[in-house]
Amino acid sequence: MALDSRRGKKRKGKKRKIFSPIYLTLVLVILYLPILMVVIYSFNSGRTIGAWQGFTTGWYTRLFGNALMGDALKNSLILAALSSGLAGAIGTLGAIGLARGHLRGAGALESLATLPMMIPELVLGMAYLAVFTAAGIKLGMGALVATHTAFCVPYVLINVKSRLAGMDPALEEAARDLGARPMRVLRDITLPLIMPSVVSGMMLSAAMSLDDVVISFFVTSAETTTLPLKVYTGLRSGGTPEINALSTLMLGAIFICVALSQLLSARSARNDSTRSNAAENRSS
Amino acid sequence: MARKTAAQRREARKNALFVLPMALVAVLLVAVPLIYVLITSLAASDGSGFTLANYKALLRADYLKVFLGSLQLALLTTVLCFAVGYPFAYCMARAGRRWRSLLMLLVIIPFWTSALVRIYGWKILLQANGPVNGVLRALGLIDKNVKFLGSYGSVLLTMVYCLISFMILPCHSAVDKMDFTLVEAARDLGAKPWRAFLTVTLPLTMPGILAGCVLVFVPSVGLFYLSDIMGGGLVLVGNLIRDQLLKVRDWNTGSAMSMVLIVLTAGIYLLYRRSGGDDLGVF
Repeated sequence: MALDSRRGKKRKGKKRKIFSPIYLTLVLVILYLPILMVVIYSFNSGRTIGAWQGFTTGWYTRLFGNALMGDALKNSLILAALSSGLAGAIGTLGAIGLARGHLRGAGALESLATLPMMIPELVLGMAYLAVFTAAGIKLGMGALVATHTAFCVPYVLINVKSRLAGMDPALEEAARDLGARPMRVLRDITLPLIMPSVVSGMMLSAAMSLDDVVISFFVTSAETTTLPLKVYTGLRSGGTPEINALSTLMLGAIFICVALSQLLSARSARNDSTRSNAAENRSS
Repeated sequence: MARKTAAQRREARKNALFVLPMALVAVLLVAVPLIYVLITSLAASDGSGFTLANYKALLRADYLKVFLGSLQLALLTTVLCFAVGYPFAYCMARAGRRWRSLLMLLVIIPFWTSALVRIYGWKILLQANGPVNGVLRALGLIDKNVKFLGSYGSVLLTMVYCLISFMILPCHSAVDKMDFTLVEAARDLGAKPWRAFLTVTLPLTMPGILAGCVLVFVPSVGLFYLSDIMGGGLVLVGNLIRDQLLKVRDWNTGSAMSMVLIVLTAGIYLLYRRSGGDDLGVF
């Protein structure tokens, strides 16, 4: 009986061994195929995105010669740098303040600050346009930076807060017991320990900012266009190989941000586990 | 004793300084705009005080049709994301240790990659003389190119494609956390694989499934540029709100529509939390 069931399990295990990799591969191929298509077709020498007509890098040289595209690229990079930097500072300070705690309304503040993640971007975008118009705030770079900062703060906040929660409070206490003032504890102990999660949150913020269409669509002015907006308008009118080249550059930038973020969180997780291993070894 | 409270008060004041910039952002760039939308949605279009007329104006047959159509599309998207994503998450969680982190990375990268660019990729794949038609023709399955773009199916496909990671990630962590000796116990007691799955695995991974459904459903109600890019003129509630603002320039009705959308998504979210759902922090 026992033997029977074990044999049955083995057979079933074999079946899953075949099914599982096939299914995983199939879904992953479908997941990556469209991204690959955009990259491949950016090297197509045809004038439209239609049939494949041969290899060229001409669209990239054309892109770099195009002043409007250069402006869009510059705007996007400035916007991503400023909004992820601001979100990094605001979100980190906020996370530390919330974690040190005993603040009245901390829960309400956290819900309000993370609300941009929960409601449709479209609603947020139109709300910004409405309120900026009513208040007479000029649309353009300033408005873009402010709104992007607002929707990036939650990513930093959540990242840093979970890191702070996982931190050993003894480290800060030890520094304080040795006579370090609170600001010194913050600078020498807390900040270095949470830095990987701050940077990882900022990288995700930069990726979100580089990717945003909907909110930018509402708060931008005619003079300040961004890369995703250029791609969006290009796509609505059908798409050209130039848009492919632009998208490929955008993919590259976002890919670097995400990879850095993943690398940093993986490393901080590994550090934690080596540290706790060391602690275990010491205690045994 | 008194000194300690003074120190505590100083500490509290410093903490308040720490959260001050975030509080400013939260109030000025989240609360104020949303309250402004609420007020606009309640304001009479001729400026004569408050009214519910903007909400009554939504009860038009064509608007209701768009709204129900959007909900239907969001629901279909959620069901398909579950049907494709759950087995993927299951296989992923059951794969060997070596493979799991690689698979995780491979799922996360598209999750953070521009949705716009990924939709564009489908546009290239599905275009009249594109690769999909080419392959189908080469296989002899079709003789004439099929017009995929602009069809309801193409919008649904890209919608599922854009949101499936939101289903895979929470389902994966639920399956990963599950104790599989329970399934073995059910099998040893004579349950067929399907019965063991339905009575043990599925209920135990339900929190992950629910989180995935909320994470897919909420954004899928608001996606508006997707049907613009795929073509075909499918009007979703997002397109309706945008046109109401930028073409018709009727801010009051547009705000009322937005409020309905906020209440719907926030309602689903609250319902989920009320039923004991976890924080949706899958990021």
